[in-house]
Amino acid sequence: MSSQTLSHAAQSIDSSDETPLAGAQAALAGRQARPLRFITCGSVDDGKSTLIGRLLWDTKAVKEDQAATLRRDSTGKQNELGLPDFALLLDGLQAEREQGITIDVAYRYFATDRRSFIVADTPGHVQYTRNMATGASTADLAVLLVDARAGILEQTRRHATIAALMGIRQFVLAVNKIDLADYEEARFRAISREFREIALSLGVRQVTAIPVSALKGENIVLRGDGAMPWYDGPTLVEVLEKATQRTGQTTGFRLPVQRVSRPGEGFRGYQGTVAGGSIKPGDSVVVLPSGVEANVKAIVTYDLVRNAAVTGDAITLVLDRPVDVARGDMIAAIDQRPQTGRAFNARLVALSPDGIVPGKRYWLKAGARRQRVMVRPTASLNLTSGNWDDATFLSVNGIGTAELDFEDTAIFDAYETNRETGAFILIDPETLNTVAGGMIDGKRSRAGCFDALPDADRASITLPARLLEAFLKTEFARSHAGEIRVNGPEQVDEE
Amino acid sequence: MNVIEHGRGKPPLDPHLKALENEAIHIFREVAAEFERPVMLYSIGKDSSVLLHLALKAFHPGKLPFPLIHIDTGWKFPEMIAFRDQVVAKHGLELISHTNPDGLRDNVTPFTHGSARYTDIMKTQALKQALDMGRHDAAFGGARRDEEASRAKERIYSFRTPDHAWDPRNQRPELWSIYNGMIHPGESVRAFPLSNWTEVDIWRYIQAEQIELVPLYFAKRRKVVERDGMLIWAEDKRLELLPGEQVREEMVRFRTLGCFPLTGAVRSEATDLDEVIAELEIATVSERQGRAIDRDQSGSMEKKKREGYF
Repeated sequence: MSSQTLSHAAQSIDSSDETPLAGAQAALAGRQARPLRFITCGSVDDGKSTLIGRLLWDTKAVKEDQAATLRRDSTGKQNELGLPDFALLLDGLQAEREQGITIDVAYRYFATDRRSFIVADTPGHVQYTRNMATGASTADLAVLLVDARAGILEQTRRHATIAALMGIRQFVLAVNKIDLADYEEARFRAISREFREIALSLGVRQVTAIPVSALKGENIVLRGDGAMPWYDGPTLVEVLEKATQRTGQTTGFRLPVQRVSRPGEGFRGYQGTVAGGSIKPGDSVVVLPSGVEANVKAIVTYDLVRNAAVTGDAITLVLDRPVDVARGDMIAAIDQRPQTGRAFNARLVALSPDGIVPGKRYWLKAGARRQRVMVRPTASLNLTSGNWDDATFLSVNGIGTAELDFEDTAIFDAYETNRETGAFILIDPETLNTVAGGMIDGKRSRAGCFDALPDADRASITLPARLLEAFLKTEFARSHAGEIRVNGPEQVDEE
Repeated sequence: MNVIEHGRGKPPLDPHLKALENEAIHIFREVAAEFERPVMLYSIGKDSSVLLHLALKAFHPGKLPFPLIHIDTGWKFPEMIAFRDQVVAKHGLELISHTNPDGLRDNVTPFTHGSARYTDIMKTQALKQALDMGRHDAAFGGARRDEEASRAKERIYSFRTPDHAWDPRNQRPELWSIYNGMIHPGESVRAFPLSNWTEVDIWRYIQAEQIELVPLYFAKRRKVVERDGMLIWAEDKRLELLPGEQVREEMVRFRTLGCFPLTGAVRSEATDLDEVIAELEIATVSERQGRAIDRDQSGSMEKKKREGYF
């Protein structure tokens, strides 16, 4: 290999000279939107890696030396079109190459002249469902892949269910290997019809079905008119370019406080990323959980002292009066407050091999707020039937509903209304691993919850700490966790 | 206290870069708030320059609440060291420069020990020493997922064992923008605020924000010698020519910066930012192509990361 001259290396690396998109060139023009994040899901042999490889290849996101490595590594595995094995481009870990499967989420980047994209490539195997949930948590759209010959599989239904649960409201159904199904229109129509019904049952109305051949590059970036004159819909890239971004923020102003900045005399600012609504100087806000009210004095950034900030902006907020604000607090619109309380209902995706154990105390982190929580699973989703079955335990990869009971005030919006302030993770207090992802449904205030009881119906007992620990471990205490509040131990001044 | 505005009169960033900037600032603030002794790895290159710029933005109007570490192998381009010292002085930063004393003592060089062992001793081991000495529980790095296949799988908070090892098969799930910063004593986290940036994003951001760079990124007539298909900078007398090698003066620039014996130059006429970006538009090779250490063996980045490399 000789030393390359960048400015004279514009020769195309494969046969697709006619590709209308030049990724890098497009990327250099200022883009009018933030990157669209999407996820691809499919069963093991649906050709998912080939699809993403094709997207990267045809948008020129693969560079020459990467292609050379690819060609070297895929010796003997080239397909009939003389293209390398795209899967090797994506499966970056040695274990993945050895086993020929995708284990972990990989993030890939490409651009057209209209938009830039971040694709989370997630594993197809059932045991890696949790990785799919991880990829879906930040995605605006899901591309679900099926093999035209096999049609909708149970795994397709699972993936659609998880994607919908994580809040994705735009689906693309890519009916792949259509070339191997003789480009048969009736076959494509039947599969799309079946999928639309599944999507509707999950509350997803925005569905685009596209017949594609990832291998041949038909209807991915380039049209497949020659082979499929009956299809006049968009290509995959055209759908992605036009997809809407989930803002999902129908709540008022939210600023989870990450840190308090006190660089010098007279300056006290609250730093965080706006997680909902917008704000301008003079607006009235409430600090939660304290409930203290104040007005916004200034919105400080490195570039400017600004006259407004919107969702997504990383800012430093200055209030008009000295109030007590700490990391983990939330500054919110005074007239559109989030829910506060000690008991919430949520949906959980169990991520750890140990599952989610009833009555165990976990750390919960939401935004910058971390607090202790008692978790009690109540139902688990049967991904085959779509039913919620009663359950007290969630095994790994399990999806369920649970009751959360906090020792101090928690602050949330429903996930449906705000993905930032309605999401949380659970951390195991011993291993410190992330063991679940969660989405808040809402505050729980029905009978049986401590806070819902009238004062007259409550009584207190005081126990030595060691007895209390033993009591809390009993089945009885665990099954009534929501009705018990633990205080103390009391601080006694010894004089 | 008067708050300085650095961006008066500058056009606003496009929404794409703004989103990337916001995400990076969020990560900086989160790590600084959650860890006891964070530090930032500063390698003087373009990604580090962007990383530093974002850090300054994240903590404005305050100063950086952590020091910078530079791993000095002794084989960096002199222009890099000069630029580093200039940047440190300009922003009033705290810089820790560390060189592996064992490697110095044993006279470890890229020529005598081969690029793989040299990189392990002078970069990976040196980094681990520096992090251990400072008892740093979090270290910011400028790695991007688009750089290399194993990095594409790495989390934004990359958990490391007390030996600084990365276990790619057993990573913590990372959902939404909620980061798990809880670790046991001795464990640490490498945090990557630029994870979702691409090379083109870096250059466009440098242009939009007018970030200063080491002049080595721009084309100039420099003395080079061709070796193993790479153009090696030949203005340091420690570089011994092999039989048949000839030093030539050529118009070249560097697309990434590291130790000069391991960093290949590219022939280029791009003498300023606009021209560099124009070249990128038609570039058909990735930037790491000029890095000898990536080509030692297949999957070599994953191997190095498992051993504690950034």
